[in-house]
Amino acid sequence: MRYLFTYSLFVLWGITVHGLYFHIGETERKCFIEEIPDETMVTGNYKLQLYDPSTGGTMASSAGLGMHVEVHDPDDKMVLSRMYSSEGRFTFTSHSPGEHVICLYSNSTKWFSRSQLRVHFDIQVGEHAIDYANVAQKEKLTELQLRVRQLLDQVEQITKEQNYQRYREERFRMTSESTNQRVLWWSIGQVAILVIMGFWQMRHLKSFFEAKKLV
Amino acid sequence: MAWASRSWLCLQLIILLLILDVCCSVELTFELPDNAKECFHEDISEGVDATLEFQVVTGGHYDVDVELEGPGREVLYKEVKQQYGQFQFKARTSGTYQVCFSNEFSTFSHKLVYMDLQVGDEKPLPGVSDHLTAMTQMESSSVKIHENLNLVIDYQTHHRLQEAKGRKRAEEINETVLYWAVGESIAIVGIALVQVLILKNFFGERTYIRVG
Repeated sequence: MRYLFTYSLFVLWGITVHGLYFHIGETERKCFIEEIPDETMVTGNYKLQLYDPSTGGTMASSAGLGMHVEVHDPDDKMVLSRMYSSEGRFTFTSHSPGEHVICLYSNSTKWFSRSQLRVHFDIQVGEHAIDYANVAQKEKLTELQLRVRQLLDQVEQITKEQNYQRYREERFRMTSESTNQRVLWWSIGQVAILVIMGFWQMRHLKSFFEAKKLV
Repeated sequence: MAWASRSWLCLQLIILLLILDVCCSVELTFELPDNAKECFHEDISEGVDATLEFQVVTGGHYDVDVELEGPGREVLYKEVKQQYGQFQFKARTSGTYQVCFSNEFSTFSHKLVYMDLQVGDEKPLPGVSDHLTAMTQMESSSVKIHENLNLVIDYQTHHRLQEAKGRKRAEEINETVLYWAVGESIAIVGIALVQVLILKNFFGERTYIRVG
């Protein structure tokens, strides 16, 4: 009975750990990009395990194995830079719209290592990051009220994304206008340079030939 | 002992529900360097529906090789040099499924790839699955609204990816135009100088020149 209990706990444990995983070298750095509007919450769940590529098996994470999480905002400013344990979650809220870069790397101090790490990773943005069980419990909402709350959150996210879309489109338009201007100045500048060089060539050669008494 | 067997039954039920209710939808945007291959793995139970979606956002000809393998390393979905794609499948066996993106055919263009792997159905709101009675009109309408909003968010994501593709290309062109302008100006000035030098060289060597 006890074995069954521990086994089922183990299975539970295995399932609650987030599904998607990938392998990275111990000293390798892996980055993901999230393009999000401002005031959006992003939650990441991860789990780190030592992985042996030759056997294909994982070992229980050794003590001291940690994950360093670094988040940069679109202006390349550091939003979050913290060392976490081998399993956990991190959260940040964006204050400016754009591409945020989330980088993960382990705290291994080895210069060269052949062992790899298995990283279970899951990232949720905006309304996907909200835990409705928690909300229902805290605010004592009925089922319908909770559903309406979920719809409200979704609509808010849609509105933020639409607003961000307007900002992006404006940036795109400005870039195109800038390219147009540059091409215009380039063609004018090219003609000017050609004319100037032509004049200089002729003048220089004329004086050269006059010096040589050929003209 | 009755309560022990009952609590054991409850535990089994919970475990079963958890196994059946495998959720998780993960969207990741990552950079794929040239000559690189990135693989993602996920454990999927038998009978669970899963959807894989990918799109190349920037880089080269906006194409990437994709391969989805099942637990027995059998190929379920394979695309070569594809810009975007979607594949829905039902897991026939439980095990580790892996999806690999390869940029090995490219020598110098690194790609930015968006990937979305949805496993299982969306997790229902807490308290909804306890329903044994039929849903009221209000509840079924709100479920419909929720599904439509999910669609809207999905369309927005696609739109954002397409727009990002166009915008990044425009920014790339903008920079390229500047480099070309400066480069060509230097080239013209340089060629003009070299022409004059060579011409002077011709006349400098020949000491006997007859000009009629």
